[in-house]
Amino acid sequence: MSGHSSFQSNNAIINWIEYRLPIFGFINDSLVVYPTPKNLNYWWNMGSLAGVMLVLQIVTGIILAMHYTPHADLAFASTEHIMRDVNYGWMMRYMHANGGSMFFIVVYIHIFRGMYYGSYKAPRELLWWLGIIIFILMMATAFMGYVLPWGQMSFWGATVITNLFSAVPLVGEEIVAWLWGGFAVAQPTLNRFYSLHYLLPFVIFAVVFIHLWALHVHKSNNPLGIDIKGPQDTIPFHPYYTVKDLYGMGIFGIIFAWLLFFAPNLLGEPDNYIPANPLVTPTHIVPEWYFLPFYAILRAVPDKLFGVIAMFASLFILFALPWLDTSKVRSARFRPVYKMLFWAFFINCFVLGYIGGKPAEGIFIIVGRLSTVLYFLFFLVLPFIGWFERPRKLPESISTAVLESSGGGGSSDGAPDGAAAKAEDRG
Amino acid sequence: MYKFAKVLAFTAVAALFASPLFHSSKALASGGAEPLKEVSWNHSGPFGTFDRAALQRGLQVYREVCSGCHGLRFIAFRNLLEIGLKEAEAKAIAAEYTMMDGPNDEGEMYERPGKLFDYMPSPFDNEKAARASNNGAFPPDLSLMAKARFGGESYIYSLLLGYEEEAPEGVTLAEGMAYNRYFPGHQIAMGPPIDDEAVEYVDGTAPTKEQIAKDVSTFLMWAAEPALEQRKRMGVKVILFLIVLTIVLYGVKRKVWADLH
Ligand code: HEC
Ligand code: HEM
Repeated sequence: MSGHSSFQSNNAIINWIEYRLPIFGFINDSLVVYPTPKNLNYWWNMGSLAGVMLVLQIVTGIILAMHYTPHADLAFASTEHIMRDVNYGWMMRYMHANGGSMFFIVVYIHIFRGMYYGSYKAPRELLWWLGIIIFILMMATAFMGYVLPWGQMSFWGATVITNLFSAVPLVGEEIVAWLWGGFAVAQPTLNRFYSLHYLLPFVIFAVVFIHLWALHVHKSNNPLGIDIKGPQDTIPFHPYYTVKDLYGMGIFGIIFAWLLFFAPNLLGEPDNYIPANPLVTPTHIVPEWYFLPFYAILRAVPDKLFGVIAMFASLFILFALPWLDTSKVRSARFRPVYKMLFWAFFINCFVLGYIGGKPAEGIFIIVGRLSTVLYFLFFLVLPFIGWFERPRKLPESISTAVLESSGGGGSSDGAPDGAAAKAEDRG
Repeated sequence: MYKFAKVLAFTAVAALFASPLFHSSKALASGGAEPLKEVSWNHSGPFGTFDRAALQRGLQVYREVCSGCHGLRFIAFRNLLEIGLKEAEAKAIAAEYTMMDGPNDEGEMYERPGKLFDYMPSPFDNEKAARASNNGAFPPDLSLMAKARFGGESYIYSLLLGYEEEAPEGVTLAEGMAYNRYFPGHQIAMGPPIDDEAVEYVDGTAPTKEQIAKDVSTFLMWAAEPALEQRKRMGVKVILFLIVLTIVLYGVKRKVWADLH
């Protein structure tokens, strides 16, 4: 996306267009000859997968929108109409609902990948920021999408989450009424959520574009976390990474298809098959699984306002990560202390997710509070680690490291900690 | 193949890790009630199909017993063709119901026998009427019941068979309530709806209460998820196709990358 392309075709028409609108050069530069580190492992597949999921959500979403009615009296029945009467409507709906989950799985792995290999560090801070913005937009989109089928969990989830804003001092109640378009979650709320749910994915699309723009300036980070030093360190994106991404998509597709065709309601809440009823509160209001860690942080704080602040802080603190991490070394492979800290953080996120799905009582409260403290502690101790940690020696360059570890075939696409994936690499 | 195995292993571990998370609310949803009865359903598993005879018997149970209190509003008479009824049979069933239609050219509403395109009428005009005839309790619509409770059709089965004649010691039942081992809180406003011989099956099957419970639960699973068979058939094909495609892609990937080292 930067500079001028050296693209030349034998085809006169293509050259004619290219002279006026360098679109072929653009595609060539960013998807074909685009220089990519030669040592990327499978954790680098998530980016293209996320892109595919976004497109899939948009396509299935547009088809659902053709049959869906955003009206409080009709939304539930129109969703059932999609499931029962629209040709392959059940497939579109299950694809969209489970696609949302798969999208989040991919993006979560993508984020953890970035944290493990230090991809957020200079000069990729803005790339990291754009990623977090996408993540936040995705959460907003999925939250509003979940309201659309207008089941019990749709309604009560929307009520609980929008009510959080009432914690804002002085104007809280006004903000909530403004969000609702009335004095409760009702028709106006559903209608505007539908409008925004349709809009936001296209905003995400635009931010993804800028995300890629930033990516293509300094190129991908890699498992070693060292800079590209020259052409010997890179390979063209096509065919190497196109085929690797496609293979990854195959694996991903099998998992997705299994969920979609054999367990389409596994990740859903049964309560959402009960039509929304403002007079009956479900015994346990739980958000979709991908919000559970944040939900746990929200509930860990006894005070409503501070709970909300903690929840938003847990998300926004990610923006500060590039500066909280004071180490010059990117990859956790060479950072023994950070590596342990990372895995502790990783496991703690699962604990938070588990707690988020449990009722706030007894031991769950204690564990939830402890995990919340640990979550923030990670970010607090991070600056100090960079000062006292003695990183392991970095390889000279990507290509020397690849040559060393391959020893006659097989790249070092190790598991995250498999820097020295030598002997075990062949199986 | 090592990397392939590694990716698979990772997914398996992640799934294992995550599965208790997803099921976390399952245990608590049943309110500490006992685990559901084990039933083997013909329609479970990747190759499962609905037992047609059970579906038709289940329809009979629904019509003769449950429909007195529960609606089935997302099922139209035309849908009954999917469970193996002949068109004439489905039409005959529809015609047993009276539908309000209109207005006609004179502007009058009028009654006519049900047609295939009509939906199953609900027994009560509205929730108030339903509560008035049920001791204040509301019998929910059953169209989606098999997806609206943890445990699904096994929950319905267990619920129907989970009644105790008398509440255990120390439990006082409220007026008009029955004791059920599987209902959250154990006090349910629906009395035991079935018993042995509650229906007389037209196909001659012995109407034990287990049989009746199983048939009507199967029928309600179909009502909640009529595309289940189509979905599973397609799933098997799609996954087989994806496995072959992925193996091919893996081969191509190895070949393309081979010249790098
Ligand atoms: C006499 C009226 C009546 C009949 C007949 C009846 N039910 Fe019910 N049913 C009720 C009422 C009332 C409730 C609500 C119970 C409550 O909430 O305590 C109910 C609730 C239910 C529930 C929901 C339980 C839950 O978890 O909330 C199911 C499932 C159910 N009935 C299935 C059936 C089936 C299947 C039949 C036919 C075999 C049937 N019922 C026949 C009155 C009836
Ligand atoms: C970032 C991309 C998107 C995400 C993460 C997302 C997520 C979701 C989720 C979680 C639901 C609830 C599914 C359910 O439980 O039934 C939903 C419903 C819905 N979405 Fe989306 N969506 C996305 C894009 C879109 C787009 C672009 C459209 C329209 C053009 C759309 C249209 C709909 C409709 C009509 C529904 C209601 C029907 C239903 O509930 O199945 N979505 N979405």
